[in-house]
Amino acid sequence: MRSSDEPVELDPMHASGVTGSVGLSPSPSGVTGQAGPPLRRSYSPIHLALMLMRIGPALMLLVLVLILKFSSVKFLTTQNIGNILDQTAMIALLAIGMLLVILTRGIDLSVGSTIALAAVVGAMAFHHIRSGVVIIVVMLAVGLAAGAVNGLIYVYGKVPHPFIVTLATMGVIRGLALWLTQGVPVQGMPSIVVAIGGGRIGWLPKSTFLVAGVALLATLVCTRVVWGRWIYAVGGNPEAARRTGIPVRPVLVSVYAISGLCAGIAGVVLAGRLNAGTPTSGDGAELDAIAAVVIGGASFLGGRGNVGNALIGALMIGVIRNGMNLLDVNAYLQPIVIGVVIVLAVEIDVIRRWLEGRFRTMHAARA
Amino acid sequence: MTGEGNAPALRITGATKRFGAVLALDDVDLEVAHGEVLAILGDNGAGKSTLIKCISGVHRLDAGAIEIDGLPVSMTSPTVARALGVETVYQDLALFDNLDPAANFYAGREMAAPTWLPLGLRFLRRSSMTAETVNTLKRLEVRLPDPGAHVGLMSGGQRQAVAVARAAAFASRVVILDEPTAALGLKESRGVLDLIIRLRDSGHAVIVVSHAMDHVMEVANRAIVMRRGRKVGEAIPDRESQQRIVALIVGSDI
Repeated sequence: MRSSDEPVELDPMHASGVTGSVGLSPSPSGVTGQAGPPLRRSYSPIHLALMLMRIGPALMLLVLVLILKFSSVKFLTTQNIGNILDQTAMIALLAIGMLLVILTRGIDLSVGSTIALAAVVGAMAFHHIRSGVVIIVVMLAVGLAAGAVNGLIYVYGKVPHPFIVTLATMGVIRGLALWLTQGVPVQGMPSIVVAIGGGRIGWLPKSTFLVAGVALLATLVCTRVVWGRWIYAVGGNPEAARRTGIPVRPVLVSVYAISGLCAGIAGVVLAGRLNAGTPTSGDGAELDAIAAVVIGGASFLGGRGNVGNALIGALMIGVIRNGMNLLDVNAYLQPIVIGVVIVLAVEIDVIRRWLEGRFRTMHAARA
Repeated sequence: MTGEGNAPALRITGATKRFGAVLALDDVDLEVAHGEVLAILGDNGAGKSTLIKCISGVHRLDAGAIEIDGLPVSMTSPTVARALGVETVYQDLALFDNLDPAANFYAGREMAAPTWLPLGLRFLRRSSMTAETVNTLKRLEVRLPDPGAHVGLMSGGQRQAVAVARAAAFASRVVILDEPTAALGLKESRGVLDLIIRLRDSGHAVIVVSHAMDHVMEVANRAIVMRRGRKVGEAIPDRESQQRIVALIVGSDI
């Protein structure tokens, strides 16, 4: 069995980019003709069910899209798809950072506040500095710094759980944004920020390209770079990671720093769209991001999940909100539906684990 | 293997370790040669775990000397021990359930390029790691239904085999196994015992800590018995010596 939610090659689909890879897959180029370990592969009903569940999040999104396609003629128009992507960009960016944190068994509640602080500091800096690039760098630096502080306090302050650290910094960072502005939005952002937040190329929002770029980079780190492998290892077994000499503490600090950086990027998008630094923006966004990651099949127990599925989770939330608006459903029903979807997604994961357990005993009996 | 002359792969002399007022190891001598399986026997609290933790760099000896292939060394950390060719498989196996065998083998010592970057920033050479892992598993005749599965999906015996094979792949000299068959069924124990024999035949010095007398008799060339931190006896484990060994373990006269 191999799962799609970990940085392992061996999968013919994923290994397609690697030429001449000697996989463990039963491909003719592999270990055929040698008296190696048996490479037989079973395709039992359990196996098939598991494969279906691995693509569960994508399947759920597909079903949702089909339902909405037949319920509303407006849904699958380029304009509406553009709207969905536009509205999902912020959650998607946060979800990418949140995924890395959750992979290490952590959580980051401060990202919503970090969006606001980055936006506010950027807008205030814009009153003194006119260079758009500098403003963006400042906003990203604010996010990165906030995240690094989270990670450093958690790891070196030996706080028992990141929930506590980021709960505290959620308040502190939000308070900073409100105090700096006295609660009043700071108008005006550089044109480049406005373009990133609200501009379009054809019907595609520019922010979509930004999300795609960040997601590609994150996938690259997760699946191809040693550091990414270490993130999965630390989440899978922190004690073993420590014993094998993986730098557990720096890895942990890095995921919070990256999560903060992602919040900074989301801050650029949001400030651009509003053309202002709003101290109350991003309120509750951390919960959307966590929901997206969980819907995407990542495990709170660490070590399981991937960037693609986290994006699908974010899209799912965006599509549900958009679809319910189109269908003119009472807005108060949205959180209920999203809540139900979260439970459904996790329940699928629970069943998957149960099936994997069955699969394991099956193999044990055969071995 | 890297044996020089007739020096044993590992020699320990006068090993002493205190935890506060408790004398966990008291002047213990031990040696194990390449191609030999040494069993360490003893009741709970006899000092077996402390001894192997001192060999694998988890604890540091208060007094005593460790020699690897005749050269004195200082086991200051697990990383140092591994660099000297000493690998340890603890009872908890220290596997990453969410990763496949290849990723488990190379965790913390990934094959990656380019080498001018710090290890963490390099790109994984995944196909090389997979190929090497397949080779090692094949050499040790470890059969996995699906070698690409993550380890969490494997049975207890398969997990033990992966952990032992990982140690074997990187240990150039000594492999230490802590209760390798304790959690396994009859058939799975058989597989792990065969694996130990293959390790020995490939020239490794193997140290096995175990409670299972029949398993010890089967694979060990020599056994030492510990009680209350001291080495109280040494024997070639066979039918005749079994009674005496058991007596040494529990500390009664025959």
